[in-house]
Amino acid sequence: MAVNMEPKKHEMPVQAPDVRNHNFSEVALGYSEETALSEAARCLNCKHMPCVTGCPVNIHIPAFIEKVKEGDFEGAYKIISESSSLPAVCGRVCPQETQCESKCVRGIKGEPVGIGRLERFVADWHNEHASENVNKPEFNGHKVAVVGSGPSGLTCAGDLAKKGYKVSVFEALHTAGGVLVYGIPEFRLPKKIVKKEVDTLKALGVEIDTDVIIGKTVTVDELFDMGYEAVFIGSGAGLPRFMGIEGEALCGVYSANEFLTRNNLMKAYKDGSATPVMHAKKAVIVGGGNVAMDAARTAKRLGADVTVVYRRTEKELPARREEVEHAMEEGIAFKFLTNPVKIEGEDGWVKSILCQQMELSEPDESGRARPIPVEGSEYEIEADCVIMSIGTSPNPLIKSTTKGLDVNKRGGIIVNEETGETSRTGVYAGGDAVTGAATVILAMGAGKTAAKAIDEYISGK
Amino acid sequence: MFKIVNKRSLNPTVTLMDIEAPLVAKKAEAGQFIILRTDEDGERIPLTVAGFDREKGTVRIIFQIVGATTEKLNHKSVGECLADFAGPLGRPTETDGLRKVCVVGGGVGCAIALPIAEKLHKEGCEVHTIVGFRNKDLVILEDEFKACSSKLTIMTDDGSYGTKGVVTAPLKEAIEAGENYDEVIAIGPLVMMKFVVATTKPAGVKTVVSMNPIMIDGTGMCGGCRLTVGGQTKFACVDGPDFDGFEVDFDEAMKRGAMYRDFERHSYEETCNLFKKEVQ
Repeated sequence: MAVNMEPKKHEMPVQAPDVRNHNFSEVALGYSEETALSEAARCLNCKHMPCVTGCPVNIHIPAFIEKVKEGDFEGAYKIISESSSLPAVCGRVCPQETQCESKCVRGIKGEPVGIGRLERFVADWHNEHASENVNKPEFNGHKVAVVGSGPSGLTCAGDLAKKGYKVSVFEALHTAGGVLVYGIPEFRLPKKIVKKEVDTLKALGVEIDTDVIIGKTVTVDELFDMGYEAVFIGSGAGLPRFMGIEGEALCGVYSANEFLTRNNLMKAYKDGSATPVMHAKKAVIVGGGNVAMDAARTAKRLGADVTVVYRRTEKELPARREEVEHAMEEGIAFKFLTNPVKIEGEDGWVKSILCQQMELSEPDESGRARPIPVEGSEYEIEADCVIMSIGTSPNPLIKSTTKGLDVNKRGGIIVNEETGETSRTGVYAGGDAVTGAATVILAMGAGKTAAKAIDEYISGK
Repeated sequence: MFKIVNKRSLNPTVTLMDIEAPLVAKKAEAGQFIILRTDEDGERIPLTVAGFDREKGTVRIIFQIVGATTEKLNHKSVGECLADFAGPLGRPTETDGLRKVCVVGGGVGCAIALPIAEKLHKEGCEVHTIVGFRNKDLVILEDEFKACSSKLTIMTDDGSYGTKGVVTAPLKEAIEAGENYDEVIAIGPLVMMKFVVATTKPAGVKTVVSMNPIMIDGTGMCGGCRLTVGGQTKFACVDGPDFDGFEVDFDEAMKRGAMYRDFERHSYEETCNLFKKEVQ
C-alpha cells in the first residue's frame, strides 16, 4: 500500500467549543474508518520501531497499524490488547505527544502519525463490533490480591489473569476504575468506556470486590492469611494539598479531588443527582496540571466564568498541551505568573481571591524556573468558588497499617523500579501510591512491571 | 449488598438498624464510622458506628432522619439491602489508661457515645454520663447508658424528663465539685460540643470531641471533610473523627457544615413528597 506522505496528521473531529462547554458529552468524536485508514497509511512501518520504546507498556505499534491498513481492525485490537489492558482508555488520555508519537520518524519533517487516535479508533471499533468471547485462561493454582482498581491495579490484574492467576481486586469506593471514574471527567473519558474495560477484565476471571478498604476493612497481612501469595498495592494518590493561606476553609473552596469526585463519581452535574455540587458564577482554579484543566472545564460546564491562575508561565504548564488548548477554546481565562495569597470571604462564603504577580528566577530543584513574588503587586479577582488543584500526598491508610512497608519522606511507597518490589516480601506497588500524582499510562506501566515480577516471584517459589 | 437484619424506631425521628457486614463487624471499634449508600445512584453518607456483633457479623447504626438519604434509609425494611456499606473508617476512640471519664452526648450523638461509654466501662473505667435531648419523647438508650455508667444525668431542654437545662450545667457542677475526670468525651451537635469545650477548657479538663463533617469518599482522597484543628488543616476521615476539643475551630465547622443546606432541604422535601405519592 502506498504511504500517505501528507505532513500533517488527520485532525480529531471534536464538538464545537461553544457547544461542548455546555454539555458533558465527550469532546473528541473519534476517527471514521476512512480517516483511520488514511492516517494508518502515514506509518512507515520502521524496522527499528522507535515508537514502541516511547510507550510505557510497549504496545507493538507498527504491527497494529499494519492491521489497520489492511482493514483488519479486530486484528489490530488483538495486537494492542497483548500489551495493554485498557486500550480505549489509553487512546483517550495518554500524553502520546511526549511518548510514542514523540519518537515517530514522521515527526521529524512534519507531524507524527496519530498513534493515540488510531489506538482509540481500534478500541472503539472493537467495543462496538466484536462479540465478547474472551478465552478465560486455565487457573494455575495461585492467588494474587490487587489493592485499588485504578489504571495500575487493573493492568496488573489483567496481565496476571492472562497468565492463569486468580486475581481479586479490592476497591475502597463503590465503583471500579479509581481515578478513571472519580477523577477524569465524562467529557474526556466516558464512564461507559471504563465500565466496558472493567467488564473485559471480569470476563478474564478477575474478581472485583468494591467497598473494601485495604488497611481498614482488611489489612495487607490478612490478605496473605487469606491465601493470596502476593499483593500489588495500587491505591493511588491521596489527600489533596492546600496552600495554607487564609480563607481555605470558606464555603466555596474545594480541592480539585472533591469537586471532580462530586461530579464524576457521584454525577452531581446531572439534574436530580443525590449529591450536591456548587454551580458557581465565577470560579478560580489554582494550578496548571491536567487535574486543574479538568476542574476548570467542569466548572465551565456547570455555568461558571472560569479563570485558571498559575504561578509560572504558559510554557511551564504541566498539563497536556491538548487539554490547555481545549480549555482555552472553551472560553477559560488564564492568568499566568499569578499566585493566590488570601481568599476573602463574606458570611462564611468566598467573595474574592487576592493574588500577587510573580516573576521567574533561577531554576529550582525540579529544574523549572522558580517563581518569586513581585512586591506590592497584589490584586483581587472576584470569585464565589475557588478550586485548589496543587497536587496530593499519598494515602496514609496502607502504610499506617502495614508493618515493614517503607515509604519515602513524602509518603510514597519505596519500590525497586525494575520490579515494583517493596520492602516487604511478596508485596509490590505502583502508580500514584509510589510516585505521587502522575499519568494513567505510567501507572499502567508500573502495574505491568509488577505483574511480570509477581509472576516470576510466584513461579520461582 | 448489605442486608438489614434488625430495625427499631427509637423515637419518631431516630431509627436503629443492624446491618449484615461481616468484614466491617470484625474490625469496627467505638468511635469509627462507616460510609453507606442506600441505593445505586445514592449519596455516600458517613454514619458513626453505634455498635457491632463480631460473631453475628452485624454492625449497628443509629440515625436521625434529617435529609433525603436518611429518609430513604428509614423507608427500608428488615430483609432489604443497602447498596454499599464500607468501613470501618477513621481512628477508634482512644480509651487506654483512662480511669474516670465523663461522657457527654447530645441528641442522636448519644448513639455514638454509647459504645464508647460501654467500652470504657468494660475496661474498668468509672463512667459518668450526661445526655441531653430536646424533650421526653426524644430520649433514647436510657437503659443502655444506665448499665454502663456509675452516674447518669439526663437533661431535657423543656424539663419534660430528667432535669431541665443543657448538658453543660451538670458538667460544670461536676467539675466544680471536684470530680477529677481524666477526660471528657463529647458527641453531639457542633454547638453543644463547642459549649462543652467552653466549660472544660477553663478548668483544664482534656476534652475529646467527635466531628462529623460533610464527606464523600471517607477514605482520605477528596479532602471535603477538612477541619481546622490547632491552626492546621486536618481531615476527619483519616486524622479523626476524634479531635482535641480545645483545638477545633467549631465556628468554621458550623459554617462549612451548612454549605449545602438549601440543596439538602430541597431534596429532602422532594423525597418526602415522593414517598407521600407512593403511599397515595
